[in-house]
Amino acid sequence: MYSFDIERPTRLADAVKLLSDASEAQALGGGQTLIPTLKQRLAMPEKLVSLGAVDEIKGICTADDGALCIGGGTTHADVAAGAGAYPALASLAGNIGDPAVRNRGTIGGSLANNDPSACYPAAVLASGATVVTSSREIAADDFFDGLFATTLNEGEIITEVKFPVPEKASYAKFEQPASRFALVGIFVAKYADGVRVAVTGASEEGVFRWSEAEAALSSDFSAGALDGLSLAGDGMISDLHGSGDYRAHLVGVMTKRAVAAAG
Amino acid sequence: MSQVSMTVNGKSASGEVEGRTLLVEFLRENLGLTGTHVGCDTGQCGACVVHVDGKAVKSCNMFAAEAEGAEVTTVEGMANDDGSLGTIQQAFQDHHGLQCGFCTPGMVMSAAALLSENPNPSEAEIRDYLEGNICRCTGYHNIVKAIMAAAGQDVSHIAAE
Amino acid sequence: MPADGGIGAPTPRREDVRFLTGSGNYTDDINLNGQAYVHFLRSDVAHGTINNVDTSSADGMPGVLRIFTGADFAEVGGIPCGWQVTDKHGEPMQEPAHPVLAQGKVRHVGDPIVAVVAETYEQARDAAEAIEVDIDELPAVIDMKAALADGATKVHDDLSSNLCYDWGFVEDNKGAVDEAIANAAHVTTLELVNQRLVANPMEPRVAVGDYHRANDESTLYTTSQNPHVIRLLMGAFVLGIPEHKLRVVAPDVGGGFGSKIYHYAEEAFCTFAARAMNRPVKWTSSRSEAFISDAQGRDHVTKIDLALDADNNFTAIRTETYANMGAYLSTFAPCVPTYLHGTLMAGNYKTPNIYVNVKAVFTNTVPVDAYRGAGRPEATYQIERVIDKAARELGVDPIALRRQNFITEFPYATPVAVEYDTGDYVATMDKLEEIADVAGFAARRAESEARGKLRGFGVNCYIEACGIAPSALVGALGARAGLYDAATVRVNATGSISVMVGAHSHGQGHETSFPQVVAEMLGIDPAMVDIVHGDTSKIPFGMGTYGSRSLAVCGSAMVRATEKIIAKAKKIAAHLLEASDADIELKDGQFSVAGTDKSVAWGDVTLAAYVPHNYPIEDVEPGLEETAFYDPANFTYPSGAYACEVEVDPETGKVTIERFAAADDFGNIINPMIVDGQVHGGLGQGIGQALLENCAYDDNGQLLTGSYMDYAMPRADDVPFYAVDHSCQTPCTHNPLGVKGCGEAGAIGSPPTVVNAVVDALQSGGHNVTHIDMPLSPSRVWQAMQG
Repeated sequence: MYSFDIERPTRLADAVKLLSDASEAQALGGGQTLIPTLKQRLAMPEKLVSLGAVDEIKGICTADDGALCIGGGTTHADVAAGAGAYPALASLAGNIGDPAVRNRGTIGGSLANNDPSACYPAAVLASGATVVTSSREIAADDFFDGLFATTLNEGEIITEVKFPVPEKASYAKFEQPASRFALVGIFVAKYADGVRVAVTGASEEGVFRWSEAEAALSSDFSAGALDGLSLAGDGMISDLHGSGDYRAHLVGVMTKRAVAAAG
Repeated sequence: MSQVSMTVNGKSASGEVEGRTLLVEFLRENLGLTGTHVGCDTGQCGACVVHVDGKAVKSCNMFAAEAEGAEVTTVEGMANDDGSLGTIQQAFQDHHGLQCGFCTPGMVMSAAALLSENPNPSEAEIRDYLEGNICRCTGYHNIVKAIMAAAGQDVSHIAAE
Repeated sequence: MPADGGIGAPTPRREDVRFLTGSGNYTDDINLNGQAYVHFLRSDVAHGTINNVDTSSADGMPGVLRIFTGADFAEVGGIPCGWQVTDKHGEPMQEPAHPVLAQGKVRHVGDPIVAVVAETYEQARDAAEAIEVDIDELPAVIDMKAALADGATKVHDDLSSNLCYDWGFVEDNKGAVDEAIANAAHVTTLELVNQRLVANPMEPRVAVGDYHRANDESTLYTTSQNPHVIRLLMGAFVLGIPEHKLRVVAPDVGGGFGSKIYHYAEEAFCTFAARAMNRPVKWTSSRSEAFISDAQGRDHVTKIDLALDADNNFTAIRTETYANMGAYLSTFAPCVPTYLHGTLMAGNYKTPNIYVNVKAVFTNTVPVDAYRGAGRPEATYQIERVIDKAARELGVDPIALRRQNFITEFPYATPVAVEYDTGDYVATMDKLEEIADVAGFAARRAESEARGKLRGFGVNCYIEACGIAPSALVGALGARAGLYDAATVRVNATGSISVMVGAHSHGQGHETSFPQVVAEMLGIDPAMVDIVHGDTSKIPFGMGTYGSRSLAVCGSAMVRATEKIIAKAKKIAAHLLEASDADIELKDGQFSVAGTDKSVAWGDVTLAAYVPHNYPIEDVEPGLEETAFYDPANFTYPSGAYACEVEVDPETGKVTIERFAAADDFGNIINPMIVDGQVHGGLGQGIGQALLENCAYDDNGQLLTGSYMDYAMPRADDVPFYAVDHSCQTPCTHNPLGVKGCGEAGAIGSPPTVVNAVVDALQSGGHNVTHIDMPLSPSRVWQAMQG
């Protein structure tokens, strides 16, 4: 790793200030992706601002409108244990990485990184969640901006994610055999006003909504409603672990399984 | 360089670290606790698993500075007070749950974390929980068996498999 | 004694206590006073000409002590190869130079160019980034067949081509084989790839060089399976340090699987630099570095023909294999696709005509050498896949076809130059059918199908040659070393024993199993016996641990040394008992005079040896210490039969191992618990090869699988509990323990078992799939199902 200073503020306001004061400062969530990146010397911050001691962005609660609110600094393990009001989300969190990763990695860190194979982006997009930051609120549909890119500004910290709780939902992940990240992951969420389907792992553009599936499922929430629907392999990630065509095929299979599991 | 202080295996420990000093480096190099190992640089192998405030973490994926004030337990802290092997350690020896020994500290720490969360895990739950601990020697058979035994389960039928 | 703890006892391992308490002493745990750290600046291109290396910007950087380039090694020997293969025309293989640091060219991603030594590791790495290396990139030679085409870019400019050797075995068989195939009632042909793997012991390699100017002594602490071999190769061929001034220590080593046999540039560098700088120099590999610097395994591309007569008897096997050597010849690389592969092409079957052709090829990839099984998995995979394919083509039961062609009489001289001393392939197959519950498969398949899954059953037999090997034989085949081993049994005055062995334990449990043997022979408590290994200053000599040889070869040396101890002790006992030594019997730690009640205890005899007051001093020297070197008379031939049941998800192609059974014949067993563990580990790695692991390069020679993010290691949830049995025991006929070796069996026998099972599953689902190259990843299986 390159040399850098590390700060460990306990208040959000201090974290925001530290990030804005230094030109090459970077926020450190759980570090489960950032630290390996630093080891490869693929990033060169002057200062890391650890959010690990900022208690005000941790925790889970229910808003007045029924949305499940998860602090940006909440670990995957805490979401798995505490998001019982949204079982599909808790289940997703409980299958990210491995137990030790789940004890460190945070929802805010995962979303800010927007790995194209990460699980959380699918949940956020399929739930039509709202990403709350240190300066504003961003709708899920406006948050993700391609591979490893979001509409977050420099120094902006994810403080909370507000998930409207659906009537039914499920996440179906098909794991890449080595990394165990999603080769394809499908989050299906059924709300009173329609069904949202988000796909992670598959597209060269990152997480996306499968609108044809949403339309079909909105009128008939059953696996059979997806018969005949398929995605093209063009634009899908193609690598050692699977061609674009294979990923496109898996999207169909795993979407059906997600719908079946959602009941 | 800055000062970091924590409790390691019940004893206070402090030292000078850089921002980039990993917890595993602090344990191995500053404290001489070389039981915790480094087997990869991408956070997958789990040879470096320790407990921080009672939870399993990968000490190669956490900065020493982030453990300020924390309670850290390493494999060196897992034996009984009289120096004899703890329950999980003894089960690993009894059931040949280790060969080269390099992944073993992480396996023991993950097993301890599992049994504290789930005192009577099924075979499938054990295999799932070990997703972040890679062993190249044992084919996992005897590791899973040892953890079942440490949980007090009868594993005699597995010997006959 | 030993009612428990002797030969055959499942004694828990004594080494476990230190490993379980964090008290092991691995090489990276060693830190010496004044230690400096080296970082290697490695090539990021697969092939190129080095125009210039400019270290000026790095020279004055914080902590930098010295920067070494290829020029510093211009007068130093290169990394030697330990085996010279002679090709089918009687010519020696092409053998390129293998410099410690690149000389003028880089030949694979990871080839070391510059070594920066600094006060800290991070300072060395910081400085390395400031070094400017100007390289003209050349086309990368990756595909083996393209590498041999006319006009192909050459990996080594001073060689005539990229062909290391074109080997025929046995060349005299070729005509008869071609004729048998031409006249066969049926010929089954299969083209397959045995993919490149990375050994991936969980401990990455480490080297610490140390030097003491006062006595001109160098010490290397290294992660090695064979410290004496490193001392020999590095001292004699690279650095010119005589043995008595060079100590090599391999302390606790975190797994090897072959990859820690070889002498590596980093070891020579740390030893050289410690001497040049007069201070210790340490290198610790990261996992990322291991992926581009540890010797890799397998990487064969093969076409095999199996000929059968009208009664389904095998009449001939002909294979043509391209074997990837990588950019340089690693220590034992040339012998893996030849003498560890071609000699096993008879398998368990009485095929009268066999011919093996192997073309070894240089490419711009990391060197390839032995990995668990080494040549024998490649042989087994071909034979057992082609037999399975033949059974399907002929519509006969795969087990029946195998049984029909089993070798049943021993000793059996194969057409590929080896003689199996003993075995019972029918017995292991009988045992397998029992423990695998073959009879219950149909019901299990029906249950899987009811859940929408395809279920397949695969079977496999294997033979391996272990306990390498008679020195005269391997010398005739090109080995540049003897392959005996050595042990010293040092009996102390009070009767306790230290046994210094040339074998090295890095997971095998020698510290537990070897004392079981000595204790059994002497009738004493195993706790009185300790094993010393891994330090050239403490042990007489040793060729190390690989090829399932430790017990068969080094254990035999230990037995011979112990026999010498017993013979001498009997003379002392005879004196004490005033009897003839011919009448002395040793039982349960007591020397007694046959037919009398006169006896003297082990401890009294050992005390007399060191306090020789009442002693046959004119005939017997004081002291009680004996050394034996043991050179085996033949290889040993473990064998077995394996079965696997898989489920295939027809929608995704994902394969799940539902059951795995292994019936092995390892001859006599010293510690069955350890043997079970060795088989489990081999199965884990073999299943890993079959389903998960793949070391892949792109066309430019960039490694696509350079970390565990892309190189799929088997994890606990990828494998089931295994049913393992080794009750079939035909003892080896030529070593004193009757042991054969068990370390590699699982890795050899399991890959074809899994692939056979997957093909069976797919065919049961109506898919006309006859072969899929490993790893049988979900995407490959799905693709195969698409037709």
